[in-house]
Amino acid sequence: MFSLGYFLQQTMNGVILGCIYALLALGMTMVYGILRLINFAHGALITLGAFFTYFVLVRFGFPLVAAIFLVLGFGGLMGLVLDIVAYRKLRGGPEVALLITSLGFYTFIENFMKMVVSPQPYAFKAPSYLTTIFKTSFLTFRTIDIFVIGASVVIMWCFHLFIKKTKMGIAMRATAENLEVASIMGIEINRVISVAFVLGSALAAFTGFMWGAKYGQISYDMGFLTGVKAFVAVVIGGVGSIPGAMVGGFVLGLAEILSTAFLPTSFSEYRDGMVFAILILVLLIKPSGIMGVKEEVRV
Amino acid sequence: MRKVKNPELWFLVGGLILLGGVFLADHLLNRYLVHILILMGIYSITTVSLNLTNGYTGLFSLGHAAFMAIGAYTSTLLAFPLHLREAYELPLLPAFLGGPEHSWPFFLALLAGGALASLSALLIGLPVLRLRGHYLSVASLGFMVIITTFAKTLRGITRGSMGINAIPSYTNIYWTYLWLFISVYVIWRLVNSRFGRAMLAIREDETAAQALGIYPMKYKLLSFVVGAFFAGVAGGLYAHFTKAIRPLEFSFFLTFQIVTMLVVGGMGTTSGPIVGAISLIALRYVLKPVEEGLQIYGLIELIYATLLIVIMLWRPEGIMGKRYSKIG
Repeated sequence: MFSLGYFLQQTMNGVILGCIYALLALGMTMVYGILRLINFAHGALITLGAFFTYFVLVRFGFPLVAAIFLVLGFGGLMGLVLDIVAYRKLRGGPEVALLITSLGFYTFIENFMKMVVSPQPYAFKAPSYLTTIFKTSFLTFRTIDIFVIGASVVIMWCFHLFIKKTKMGIAMRATAENLEVASIMGIEINRVISVAFVLGSALAAFTGFMWGAKYGQISYDMGFLTGVKAFVAVVIGGVGSIPGAMVGGFVLGLAEILSTAFLPTSFSEYRDGMVFAILILVLLIKPSGIMGVKEEVRV
Repeated sequence: MRKVKNPELWFLVGGLILLGGVFLADHLLNRYLVHILILMGIYSITTVSLNLTNGYTGLFSLGHAAFMAIGAYTSTLLAFPLHLREAYELPLLPAFLGGPEHSWPFFLALLAGGALASLSALLIGLPVLRLRGHYLSVASLGFMVIITTFAKTLRGITRGSMGINAIPSYTNIYWTYLWLFISVYVIWRLVNSRFGRAMLAIREDETAAQALGIYPMKYKLLSFVVGAFFAGVAGGLYAHFTKAIRPLEFSFFLTFQIVTMLVVGGMGTTSGPIVGAISLIALRYVLKPVEEGLQIYGLIELIYATLLIVIMLWRPEGIMGKRYSKIG
């Protein structure tokens, strides 16, 4: 059972789940870095994105490229709406107000979806060009697996360039470093934050699509645990560090899959519990995460 | 905070009025209304206890459902009638907990449930509360997932997802409001003491509080542990009220309801949590026929969420809260 092939197969599964967590963690760490907000609504965007692509791609049969751009646009728009409607109004107040509001938005969207699409899970039947199976002597995979890994690598690379080279990216890093000083330096804080929400939400919606296509099932509450786990990935990687978020995503994805694959089957029920046990371990041993730096606190 | 002269006397008078009110309600109202009143009482206890961490100490915990679950399962298992144990394949108590011949009296079982919830709060709080920021929110949420996972998988003790049925309905309106009275009094005493002032200082600014010689860890842990105790007791009351518990009930939505009640009522106020709990339970019973009649499940949650957002945007101090001008 524990042959090399099995190990490689499970590692690939772990990498794919890791890609998904990493993309989510990117969006979360961007927002957290600037606003110190654990954005629970991020999870709702996964659900929204998944159902959006379900209707666009599976029901209406749009081509893949169009669906990708539509879902990215849709997610980004939702992020912008949340920012303008609510988060902007709460800026400057206590941090906890943002957290509570995002919790409210998550529950609002989840139950809205429950009412609209019914509480039953949907089967996400991805188009056949995404589910073609390839068999090699030691690995079996489908087109969607390559798609997830490829798309994630491309997105992460683009993101890296964006954050390092563009004016907006530099402004974002400056804002995360110190919001007030950045605003004195003439950075338009509101625009930077909106961009962070738009990018993060677009990524989250896109992740919802990948989740549906990869795992074949979507439901109104799929985003909750996934979103929270993405924050666990942020903590593992090191809060405030963008490469850390990606590393944390991969570590978490691999840990989750490999622990399920190699521990006795009776442990597989503990899969979700395991993720949070890892979180508590990280907080206990190295709270600043793998790549994080210790924050300096002033009154 | 306005100083009330001789507050203990007021509590005594309030307690007597409450006793009279409960007695009248028990004798005059029909069973359905008493049922709702008990539920209001239980939710008030949980919201009051959540207020200690989330309102006064400024630690935003989302794990309250987990403490309720611990209290509910512990007290149920300890007080479960002996003749039903075998039929329900529940384990007999080990000798040091009373052995196979004894089941615990209800009150002691509730206390034990609260104590175990406190102990678990201590264990989870030690690593997590050392950190600043809202790590506690995610870690306590994770703790809730871990607890529900255990409740599902430890089938020999909890009967897994099936849950435990036929729990004797020991909870009545007197027990509920007695515990509500105790929790309000204890938390009020705590908050209006040296400890409470330290907690408020930590909420306002942890670093500044530290500079004044307050050791934050001690007070954060204290508020977390005391809050968990009453949540555990409320869980026990809840189990002996609904007569059946399943792991699924102690999920995120339960926590969300309590958080909404607290925020709507007003965080960091004495009366806010009770007002929030009572009004939201009332709202739920008003909306229930609508939800069932129109067959749109999720409506109540949707309205709770809307309320939460509306309150946060337009009246973040809640119904009972006072608006403070922010300094600095």
